[in-house]
Amino acid sequence: MADIPLLSVEGVTKRFSFNGAPITALEGANLAIRKGEFVCLIGPSGCGKSTLLRMAGGFETPSEGALRMWGAPVTAPGPDRGMVFQDYGLFPWLTVAGNIGFGPAARGRPRAEVAETTRRFVEMVGLTRFAGAYPHQLSGGMKQRVAIARVLANEAELVLMDEPFGALDAMTRENLQRELLEIWARTKLTVIFVTHAIEEAILLADRIVVMSTNPGRIVADEAVALPRPRDPTSPEFNALRRHFSAMLGSHH
Amino acid sequence: MDAARLRVAGLALAAPLLFLLFWHVSTAGRSFSLIPPPLEVGRQLWDLAFGGVWDDLYSGTLAEHAFASVSRVYGGFLLAAACALPLGMLIGRIRLVREALDPTLQLMRPIPVTAWLPLAMIVFGIGPRSAFFLVFLGAFYPILVNTIFGVRNVEGRLFEAAAMLGVSPSAVFWKVVLPASLPSIFTGLRLGLGFAWVVIVVGEMTGVQTGLGAIIMEARQLSRTEIVISGMIAIGLLGYASDALVQALGRRLLRWSPQHG
Repeated sequence: MADIPLLSVEGVTKRFSFNGAPITALEGANLAIRKGEFVCLIGPSGCGKSTLLRMAGGFETPSEGALRMWGAPVTAPGPDRGMVFQDYGLFPWLTVAGNIGFGPAARGRPRAEVAETTRRFVEMVGLTRFAGAYPHQLSGGMKQRVAIARVLANEAELVLMDEPFGALDAMTRENLQRELLEIWARTKLTVIFVTHAIEEAILLADRIVVMSTNPGRIVADEAVALPRPRDPTSPEFNALRRHFSAMLGSHH
Repeated sequence: MDAARLRVAGLALAAPLLFLLFWHVSTAGRSFSLIPPPLEVGRQLWDLAFGGVWDDLYSGTLAEHAFASVSRVYGGFLLAAACALPLGMLIGRIRLVREALDPTLQLMRPIPVTAWLPLAMIVFGIGPRSAFFLVFLGAFYPILVNTIFGVRNVEGRLFEAAAMLGVSPSAVFWKVVLPASLPSIFTGLRLGLGFAWVVIVVGEMTGVQTGLGAIIMEARQLSRTEIVISGMIAIGLLGYASDALVQALGRRLLRWSPQHG
């Protein structure tokens, strides 16, 4: 049992048709993600990293191959795989507490349990004072905290994050990265995190999966051996930054 | 704070006061004027409401006429909402219904409500039922069109969010579509109620005995222009009050929406 990965990606190819012409968004991807891992998918736009994440979420189906969660094929979105979108996707008519309690309530948990879960996760992301606020009254960073809390409150086993901090300012991003690592360490979550920022990937990941374009594919899969908490100004961190930059052929 | 409020009130009142002044100056003291001066209209409005000035057929009947119009406006409006809301949701959500009904409804939409008047009188007879029907028709389309728009324009991301949080496909309508389309639906209701007030006067031209539209038409034939204007003022005030009511309701229900809250 211990050998079964939490999520396995087996020979997955995804083709879209764009103006009638087929486009290969992802070709022959293989990947195994074990429970508790923090994996970053990194690559330029068009490398299929978001497509891969969306297939793990069940929002897209592979053209070839399969994705399995604990050995069972992924066919549709489900509460075991929580998704955090870059544009938040919060329900504007619900308060912070309402959004966080949405999943448990929708799945028919008892009222008292929903209230207790909501309270706990509102507190976990530090929004107790804003529990009654509506999304349009929140900053981007606060909205993303709500989005993270609502998948955690829903007992998601695997958290899929699609460039979740990409739209935030640098300071907010750093705070959220730190908070996310704290939550991850505390809850033993499994995270797949899509980003195009090398530094973000090195800061967060146990493993970095490097992807490339034309067609979108996985080109490398490397563990990040740096001890945590990681210092982005250390020489080791810089060495890794240079290593991955060279691999991505960019000039970060 | 108070100065600011005073400024707002002053600005809002300036135009009507200037208009009253212009009206007064151009009509008062001219025996041949076809339009009565504002003071005379004021006196008539008082008589219409409370009696004691002319003591004629119209004295003290305002409440009765207003009640007749209000009940037709709200009756027709509520019936329109009861039909247009579910229909709009079905058209918006179910492709088969959309393809079957939308072309017909769109073809009938440009026909002005007033053009239905002769037909309504044939079908529903001369009387309040025709008025009721026209109000219904006037309110129906704004509610329908906005409901369809609201239901069809729910942000796709919200469906994904609901699905990954474990909302079953059968619950998506109540948990996502309905709340997400409330602002649009509300806009439709507000427009519909506004149209209901526009149409009521035409509707009550069909030979009904009571109603503000009815006395306006009757007074026109009797050349009692001050009653015509009094009726117009009453409709203006009632329409304004009913819109304010709906808006207050909207602000309460749609506190979450940046456009309404």
